[in-house]
Amino acid sequence: MDPVRMSRRHLFTAAAGAVGVAVLHRTGLTQGEVPADPTKVPGHPLSELGQRSPFERPHRVVGGAYQGASLTPLQELFGIVTPADLHYERHHAGVPSIDPHHYKLLIHGMVERPTIFDLESLRRFPAVSRLHFLECSGNGAPAYRNLRPDVSPQQIDGLTSTSEWTGVPLATLFREVGVRSGAKWFLAEGEDAAVMARSIPIGKAWDDALIAYGQNGEPLRPEQGYPARLLVPGWEGSANVKWIRRIEVADQPFMTREETSKYTDPLPNGTARQFSFTMDAKSLITFPAFPVTLPERGWWEISGLAWSGRGRVTRVEVSTDAGRGWAPAELQGPVLPKCHTRFRFLWRWEGAETLLMSRATDETGYVQPTLAELRNVRGSGTAYHFNNIRAWRVRRDGRVFFGLEE
Amino acid sequence: MRRSLPLGIAVALVATLGSGPPARFGFGRPARADEIAAWNISVRPDGKGLPPGSGTARDGAAIYASRCASCHGATGREGPADPMVGREPRVGFPFGRDPTLVRTIGNYWPYATTLYDYIDRAMPLSSPGSLAPNEVYSLVAYLLWRNEVITDTALVDARTLPRVAMPARSRFVIDNRRGGREVR
Repeated sequence: MDPVRMSRRHLFTAAAGAVGVAVLHRTGLTQGEVPADPTKVPGHPLSELGQRSPFERPHRVVGGAYQGASLTPLQELFGIVTPADLHYERHHAGVPSIDPHHYKLLIHGMVERPTIFDLESLRRFPAVSRLHFLECSGNGAPAYRNLRPDVSPQQIDGLTSTSEWTGVPLATLFREVGVRSGAKWFLAEGEDAAVMARSIPIGKAWDDALIAYGQNGEPLRPEQGYPARLLVPGWEGSANVKWIRRIEVADQPFMTREETSKYTDPLPNGTARQFSFTMDAKSLITFPAFPVTLPERGWWEISGLAWSGRGRVTRVEVSTDAGRGWAPAELQGPVLPKCHTRFRFLWRWEGAETLLMSRATDETGYVQPTLAELRNVRGSGTAYHFNNIRAWRVRRDGRVFFGLEE
Repeated sequence: MRRSLPLGIAVALVATLGSGPPARFGFGRPARADEIAAWNISVRPDGKGLPPGSGTARDGAAIYASRCASCHGATGREGPADPMVGREPRVGFPFGRDPTLVRTIGNYWPYATTLYDYIDRAMPLSSPGSLAPNEVYSLVAYLLWRNEVITDTALVDARTLPRVAMPARSRFVIDNRRGGREVR
């Protein structure tokens, strides 16, 4: 034990004897203090707000300041839910500070009753809670070009996270304001300094879009859109406008910068695909993965995440021999639509060098493509929707590196 | 054969068991015209939303130098922010095949109205929303001129801007992925 801590404990004990019960109460551990034998000293007292174990220091990897992104440490997480403080970020002009008492959502345009909802009125509508992934459409670029071995799941694919979102269906609000016939799109606009705006087909509102105000049981974190955001399940992250303050219903898209200059996909045939909202099926192994080293051969459980913006993942296959043979992985229930699904695959490593790969299939029958297949249809110049099969190279010394190569 | 319930009981049952959600809850409050006008900044390709005002590239040059050049470079090509100016490559639309090509206003942006909408809502980065309509029109004109889309004396306003033909306009197609077996 740390001698400094030891002597402090003796001090406390002496003080307790001298001053009595009130001080005796304080002889327990302070938060973060670690005794040699936790059974021989009362633990730290109750607290108003829990903290992680001081031994756990997960963190996002941050790139940029106001216009950048931060990545979720996928390789350090279990199950499917992302702790809110580790949810990935992608902002266009920083995180705004919004007073919930002054918050307003305006819905206008092709509606019978242009309406302003405050946060209280949004929360008064019948609510739903659903688990959905979010993913930046630029996620996964290190698995598509400029391939290198020393990148982790976080560095490759950390722009995706899953939360339980609570909110009011946008369909409820649209019925409330009376959307006029002929309406085909709506503009969703944020209250950030970019006044970030995207045009969304109105069918998504009638289908499953939410105005979400809850995340994993608590109000949204500021980084995820506090106090309210648009959630368009299964669609690229940028369409899920955070800090939403205005919805304008219209008969045509607005052609904002984020759906013309950005978030469009030039193709090898000389066209550029626009409004490519849906995130196609994808999976990646999060263990074993760089920078892990397998200390010995024997039984290891391969684990990872799979998801599809088109519905449920129906199958994940794993290859432990560089794609020659594939076998089904176990899917951890519940398997939810448009949500991360945890998969597991028991593997006995005999010590030979190999490549580990995973391949997801969704309920539409879409199968996660190889890098060659995706490059063939998208070209090398594309900048979004990198959902090709990933690979991890396990070397004979147990070290694991990203395994896709030119 | 069952006899129908007495009317009073049937009504009571409907009232307690059968009442679904109402067509409207009546939550929220009507938005006033001035509240809508204060927030409604969006500009569409057909020109809806463009305010009164105008500008030319000549007007815009000085505004660009003082408000934009520190991030976008002296001519819009130098950065450090995204380069905005340039028509290269002059032939074809090879962005899908070549990751080194820079997407600019002149070679990639399909709608000129997007320039007004974006500059007005988000630029300059350090003081967004600070430009007056004439300043925004002038900057739009300047950037279109720099990209060889209009002349340096062309007047850009709510009437002319939607008519500006952008070089890449015909290249844009709606997403045709549908799920299923095919990878697109």
